[in-house]
Amino acid sequence: MAEAAVSMRHISKSFGKKVIANKNVDLDIYHGEILSLLGENGSGKTTLMNMLSGVYYPDDGEILIDGKHVTIASPKDAHDLGIGMIHQHFKLIDVFTALENILIGLPKENTEKNARAQVKEICDKYGFELDPDKKVYDMNVSEKETLEIVKTLYRGAEVLILDEPTAVLTPQEIRKLFTILRNMREDGKAIVIITHKLNEVMEISDRISVLRKGENAGTVLKTETNEQQLTEMMVGEKITLNITRDFVEDKTKRLEVKHLSVTDIENKKVVDDITFDLYSGEILGIAGISGSGQKELLEAIMGLQKCDEGSSVIYNSTAHGVHELVGLSTKEIIAHGLHLAFVPEDRLGMGLVGNMGMTDNVMLKRYRKGQGPFLHRKQPEQTAQKIKDELEVLTPDLDYPVRRLSGGNVQKILVGREINNKPTVLMTAYAVRGLDINTSYAIYNLLNEQKKKGVAVIYVGEDLDVLLALSDRIMVLCSGKMNGMLDGRTATKEEVGYLMTHLKEEA
Amino acid sequence: MTVAQIVSWLVSAISFGTVIMYGCIGETIDQKAGGLNLGVPGVMQIGGIAALVSAFLYEYNVSSPNPFVALLLCLVSTLIASALAGLLYSFLTVTLKVNQNVTGLTLTIFGTGIANFFGGNMMKLSGGVGTIFVATTSNAFRAKLPILSNSHAPISMILFSHGWMVYLALILAFVAQYFLNHTRTGLNLRSVGENPATADAAGINVTRYKYLASIVGCMICGLGGLFYVMDYIKGTWANDSAIEALGWLAVSLVIFTSWKPKNATWGAYLFGLFYWAYVYIPADISRYLANKMNLQKITYMQNLYKMLPYILTIIVLCFVSHRKRRENQAPASLGQSYFREER
Repeated sequence: MAEAAVSMRHISKSFGKKVIANKNVDLDIYHGEILSLLGENGSGKTTLMNMLSGVYYPDDGEILIDGKHVTIASPKDAHDLGIGMIHQHFKLIDVFTALENILIGLPKENTEKNARAQVKEICDKYGFELDPDKKVYDMNVSEKETLEIVKTLYRGAEVLILDEPTAVLTPQEIRKLFTILRNMREDGKAIVIITHKLNEVMEISDRISVLRKGENAGTVLKTETNEQQLTEMMVGEKITLNITRDFVEDKTKRLEVKHLSVTDIENKKVVDDITFDLYSGEILGIAGISGSGQKELLEAIMGLQKCDEGSSVIYNSTAHGVHELVGLSTKEIIAHGLHLAFVPEDRLGMGLVGNMGMTDNVMLKRYRKGQGPFLHRKQPEQTAQKIKDELEVLTPDLDYPVRRLSGGNVQKILVGREINNKPTVLMTAYAVRGLDINTSYAIYNLLNEQKKKGVAVIYVGEDLDVLLALSDRIMVLCSGKMNGMLDGRTATKEEVGYLMTHLKEEA
Repeated sequence: MTVAQIVSWLVSAISFGTVIMYGCIGETIDQKAGGLNLGVPGVMQIGGIAALVSAFLYEYNVSSPNPFVALLLCLVSTLIASALAGLLYSFLTVTLKVNQNVTGLTLTIFGTGIANFFGGNMMKLSGGVGTIFVATTSNAFRAKLPILSNSHAPISMILFSHGWMVYLALILAFVAQYFLNHTRTGLNLRSVGENPATADAAGINVTRYKYLASIVGCMICGLGGLFYVMDYIKGTWANDSAIEALGWLAVSLVIFTSWKPKNATWGAYLFGLFYWAYVYIPADISRYLANKMNLQKITYMQNLYKMLPYILTIIVLCFVSHRKRRENQAPASLGQSYFREER
């Protein structure tokens, strides 16, 4: 084999004393190939690549580029060495145009005129579509991704690292991206994709390196492996990939949503006349491209969004009777037994307070129940301990700031707290986003348990395979409209994918 | 209201506006790089007192002071002193990552203290309260444009009866506007204020940009203090920290202009008009309004007028926060420290 474009030798990196992100990792990246860096969340994939892109500096080990020792102390060094990384959270400036984003930080020799021509050249060569004068805040995620890649190529990157590039793309957009990546491979670029989606790994990569708990668990050629083997390498032991789906006989109507509409501040209908019923003992999956109104729909039911005139949400609980929720405050709605484990991109944004420990976070939703001006921490402490034990939350102690825990543990705390409040309706959005396989399954099991207990569960998800395996019914949203309600047991992936992207004509 | 009164009102407004225009331009440059420097009032005082001290020492020790030397001395000492204030601010907030609000507010208190310390001591040297007067230097700063300022026509009075620093402020505003929006360095600076991680990944030295923006910004703020001492209060000193109110108005003017220095060229004067309204609004109107509101004295009305610039700022703040254009909003990472390896 030819000389490696990049060789990482014995790389170690830790954050503080407790968190060891990478331990003695060896990795080779070659020109003209696509390498998948596979691993669960928290296995150190991103950290390892951040050391190549100059964001982090390794504690130990060495990096060789084309056989020569190098020191990468800053992103600028990485960029001078021809390494470009497309981060999961795009490093773009919203109020700038595409071209301005490409030009920042470059020497003045790169005039706007030349850059415009060169960008066009790059786009034509690899098949990108990019409007150089479009502002980033007007772009969808796919355009932003394109811009990031073009920006990196314009800067002369020979080694491209893409961190979870497909996380927010539709199947069609993913196909387009893969075509472009193959074009770049043909052109001799070295490409690294960080991912934990096995099917994509099998589709696109030439070689696969697996990281497990910060260490390299082995590198295999795609032609010599299969999904089962990769999963084993990732998690270290064999796990069943089946999600159970029980049928609950006894069903009561819990929510009756009628003509629910939400208009945002830009006067755009983000939720458009949605009508559906939700029953106890079922999981209603909600599918849709991100930004199709999922967030607003849940928030509207929960009283966090103002609904338009004519919207109605009738809520029927055995314990609390029948209520119209539109017009009630979130506080009143929670008192009725509706719970929202809402987890947008920023897990700590709406769910938990990052600087507080488990106990305080548990207390957040119940301090009103206390009497007198003082806090009674005893009971919340017991609840927190219970959540910690039952869901196997890894935290040094109950008062350790949850911000410093891994995404999976944060999610367990959040869902644990919501379940502990014994909801009648449990709504989750992107409950497993960014979580590793084991934690994801733990969450699926929790939701299934709740369903069996007679809770009505809403599950907004992105992974269609999971949606199809978990949900009793699937509602597909497209541009804020309900574009179909399918039976989870008979629906196919193609069907859902089609409804996500093709709005039905008004009847 | 006579023509003479209107002219006088406008002239006062322009003079007042110039002080806060300097503050606004400086603060805008700093904020565009992400530094929310609430130390503007303090920096203005530091800039002002530095000029006064050097002019004072020069004039009281030299028998026939040269206006040009005095002018240069003042400019240099103001720029150095306010640059040092900016250096201190950026060392604390960028290198040590101290909270920007706390640092800025403390810088204001610090600047006030420094100014009053030197002001008080100078008063002792010169012989008591109200005795400081650096005539030569002040006259050098208040030198008017030749020929143009000779006419006494109202329009010429309004436009040309000012010292040269009034025009320098206008030029600076347009230069800053051009620099921020039409140069590569300006683009880089704005990217640091919007998203330092992105700027860093693009190869921009975030620390250097933040330091320079803060230092240059403070130097321009300091010129506001210099103008205040030498032109606005004509080379005197009262140790009453009156400049502080102007400093805060400069900060709110940044928001009023939606971070565009070119808007400061009229916004600052508008603030000036409102500020001086209490002197110039005709007594008849005040009496009428006072009657309507059942106020016993018209002087109460004047106190209400004095609130105008602040009320205007509040209204604008409400308005700005509801505006939808993203370009008119504050830089996205304003007020935040940047640490590359943060997780």
